[in-house]
Amino acid sequence: MSRDLSAILAKYEQDPLRLVQILRSVVAEDGYVSKETITAIAERLALPRGRVEGVAGFYAFLPTEDVGRYRVLFSDNVTDRMAGSVELRERMQEAFGVRLGEVSRDGLVSIGTTSCTGLCDQGPAMLINGRAIPRLTRARVGAISAMIHGRAPIETWPLNLFEVHSNVLRKDALLSTPLEPGAAIDAALARGPESTIEEVKRSTLRGRGGAGFSTGSKWELCRAAPGEARYVVCNADEGEPGTFKDRALLADYADLVFEGMTVAAFAIGAKRGFLYLRAEYPFLLEPLEATLADRRRRGLLGEAIRGVAGFDFDIEIHVGAGAYVCGEESALIESLEGKRGIPRNRPPYPVTHGYRQAPTIVNNVETLALAAMVVRHGHQWLRARGAGKSAGTKLMSVSGDVERPGVYELPFGVTVREVLEAAGARSVQAVQVGGPSGTLLSPSELGRRLMFDDVPTAGAFMVFDDSRDILQVLENFATFFAHESCGFCTPCRVGTALQRRMASALAKGFGTRRDVKDLARVARVMRASSHCGLGATAGNVALDALEKFRPAFDRRLGTLEVMPTFDLDRSLAPAREVAGRDDEQAHLRREEER
Amino acid sequence: MAADHQKLRVATTSLAGCFGCHMSLLDIDERLLELLERIELDRSPLTDVKRVGPCDLGIVEGGLCNAENVHVLREFRRNCRVLLAIGACAVNGGLPAQRNHLDVRDCLQTVYLTGAGIRRGFIPNDPELPLPLDRVHPLHDVVKVDYFLPGCPPPADAIWKFLNDLLAGRTPTLGHGLIHYD
Amino acid sequence: MEPAADAHDPRTFTMDGRDVPFEAGQTVLRAALAAGRYVPHLCYHPEFDPHGSCKLCTVKLNGRTVASCTTLARAGDEVESDTPELQELRRNLVQFLFVEGNHFCPSCERSGSCTLQAVAYDLGVMAEHFSPFFPDRPIDASHPDVLLDFNRCILCELCVRASAEVDGKHVFALSGRGAQKHLIVNAESGRLADTRLAVEDKAMDVCPVGVILRKRRGFLVPIGERKYDQRSIREIATANAGSSARPPAAREP
Repeated sequence: MSRDLSAILAKYEQDPLRLVQILRSVVAEDGYVSKETITAIAERLALPRGRVEGVAGFYAFLPTEDVGRYRVLFSDNVTDRMAGSVELRERMQEAFGVRLGEVSRDGLVSIGTTSCTGLCDQGPAMLINGRAIPRLTRARVGAISAMIHGRAPIETWPLNLFEVHSNVLRKDALLSTPLEPGAAIDAALARGPESTIEEVKRSTLRGRGGAGFSTGSKWELCRAAPGEARYVVCNADEGEPGTFKDRALLADYADLVFEGMTVAAFAIGAKRGFLYLRAEYPFLLEPLEATLADRRRRGLLGEAIRGVAGFDFDIEIHVGAGAYVCGEESALIESLEGKRGIPRNRPPYPVTHGYRQAPTIVNNVETLALAAMVVRHGHQWLRARGAGKSAGTKLMSVSGDVERPGVYELPFGVTVREVLEAAGARSVQAVQVGGPSGTLLSPSELGRRLMFDDVPTAGAFMVFDDSRDILQVLENFATFFAHESCGFCTPCRVGTALQRRMASALAKGFGTRRDVKDLARVARVMRASSHCGLGATAGNVALDALEKFRPAFDRRLGTLEVMPTFDLDRSLAPAREVAGRDDEQAHLRREEER
Repeated sequence: MAADHQKLRVATTSLAGCFGCHMSLLDIDERLLELLERIELDRSPLTDVKRVGPCDLGIVEGGLCNAENVHVLREFRRNCRVLLAIGACAVNGGLPAQRNHLDVRDCLQTVYLTGAGIRRGFIPNDPELPLPLDRVHPLHDVVKVDYFLPGCPPPADAIWKFLNDLLAGRTPTLGHGLIHYD
Repeated sequence: MEPAADAHDPRTFTMDGRDVPFEAGQTVLRAALAAGRYVPHLCYHPEFDPHGSCKLCTVKLNGRTVASCTTLARAGDEVESDTPELQELRRNLVQFLFVEGNHFCPSCERSGSCTLQAVAYDLGVMAEHFSPFFPDRPIDASHPDVLLDFNRCILCELCVRASAEVDGKHVFALSGRGAQKHLIVNAESGRLADTRLAVEDKAMDVCPVGVILRKRRGFLVPIGERKYDQRSIREIATANAGSSARPPAAREP
């Protein structure tokens, strides 16, 4: 028996390009996408059924099996764990008698984990039926459990549970310079498209998503590319664990971001734009839609913007469905087109062959906000701050062992030590800058500068004090990459899985010298041959940890070159159980070290 | 491991294997005599010696499917300077590992309790009997293995070439036609 | 089989120090194979667009590692391929593929004509090195003429591409991601018997390993007399070098 899909399909104009949005809507109503629904969607959209099943199977938040009336997913970033998420999750599992990832027998609830939800400054956090709840405590989890037991609809739960704070703790040029909505558009109109691009180029603005490509050059390449339609995409798929600065920007500065998108559209000649919002930020959706509606009312979006005939541009919000790899621009475009988020072979790049193979720019949220300011206030505005080839300021998401976690706007060139002092960190053992794919710094490196030429970062800054176990940090990050690998290429698909196994064995004390060697070997294979940045950087933390925190490994290793990377005695347990034995021969001890 | 005057001491064993690799070793035929000029056998199914002593080379056929396999392998590793995993089962688990997607409890129950023709069956609990591991493992999952010679079994010529290289102190190499996984 | 090297020919790049001619729009891998220079590969097939997923054909192009199957040849580029470093990388990638699936060659009816196995032989892979994953992947024997053994799938997507692009049937697709990525068939039941696959389909002939098998045909050619038992993959892949004709698609058995 298949459900009635008319309303959902009508909302998305029965458009196969909107398949991810269609599947999201089904999950919002049904909790999961059943086999029958997949068949029905495929028929209505005239897509092969396997294609629809494959898309649903790709994204973490498009389950194809019943996940219970309440689907609880604990954010599993290392910062959530440091704040006690594991204990809270285990208590909740106990309360409902379910194992990790399992649905309770009465079909009421399932409890699992999910990759970092971008609430590291107010963790531990969870998603429940897609809605985010930060600042979990025993009391909060107890209250949530009680409401689940009572089968209370989530819409009736107290609103303060879902309240997310922006936590902007330091403002510099970007966050403290006012910009009237429309002012940057007017400035762009006054300059014309070419000199708007020229102004952005002269500012030396570089992409804030991590790669640091010249924003002006990207716009210029796109404008010059042949093609009828052009597209502006704002990458708000802020998935790097430890990063949450776009969350704050979109919450408090949405107008500025949309202004930047509109200026970009004017510069390259685009009529349509997308904001690709990560699924973990559902609380931003309504306010963002409201801002868009407001801008349409004020003539800042839609047809003949600012009364200029032919300057038509509008923005659609596309919500992701749980896939870190979609932060990679070509994977993001695949996802926008309703497909599995697999990075494309490049070249060609999106600036010439992007959304629907048309010229497309994909810019980070912060980049677009900065671009609006540059167009309004001139290139010198950006260059007044920063260092070297890193002009301007950078938003840092600071979390972990600090007194004041939150978003800090700091000029490029700031030292790691200065950030630590601003946020209040003591007994620092390590700092992970740029998230798991970034750089793991030791205390001897606190004088290094956050900028493209030294320690580059998209904004994550996680602090670990000397009570933390680096191997557990490594295990957490390795688990993240294994979960988020798209699986397209051999090195990343298998390498991240191997890395997780070895990191886990090392953290549990089953690691050997061979594992240490193989961790480095696997990291090098991934770096040399992966299809995209995810795989190429997935081994960074292992290589950094091996180089800078070697004693943490050596303390755990036995003197044997190799020992079982699993618990030999436990692997006899099933046979012991059915044979009813517990004699000496029914056990395997760990071999004596020699 | 080249020793000019003294014979090298070699031990062999079959764990979760079928002795096919040992048969293939015997298939080097008259070259066996040449081999025995250069080696002497310690523990081996060919000598029926039950415990392994200090050796230059240990040749292990078969993977690890039970507790006894693990004990024997560890004994080999402790006593042999160089350990050679020979054959598909030792190298990657081989055919015995095809049970790895099954629950070993179900296997035991099927074999001893519920299989066709069994009446009043029971799962043996004699401590003399080695308990099966939940999964079959290749040797390198549990000990350091120095060399691998794949094949089911490796052809006699491959074994001969491999041993000759080893005994001469060279890194063994097999060209096209000698490396076989089947 | 050394191509006529002309130092002034603009249409050449060098591979391991020797000139390789190419035609406009040709990839590094295609040009190399046409010139009789073998670069190990698995997901590349001359009749399909390059895929770039197995990464075995990774070479160093002007010092940077790239997949040679998806990289267009450019005059004057310097390519390294047959170096100890790149061969070690390829060995590791082959080992990755072996530990990821269940590759029990002795019980596989494609043994001897399997590309993964032949490439591993060519690279001199003696063992998997890493711990095998032993995934649980049930086979699908529902179809009257075809057996699907997912245990050996290396996710090259050749069957997906052949069924979509040549057969127009979309019988195969991929679902899941990361290590959970897997081949699926186009049916609500999940059974091959409920798809439109026919034994004449192109999708039947492109699997480089032993996933898509014709029933009752597995041992028509005895073990020991199979494709790669006779000649190495290196010889076969470069046998037609110099002629512009594509090598005939290998049908096995």
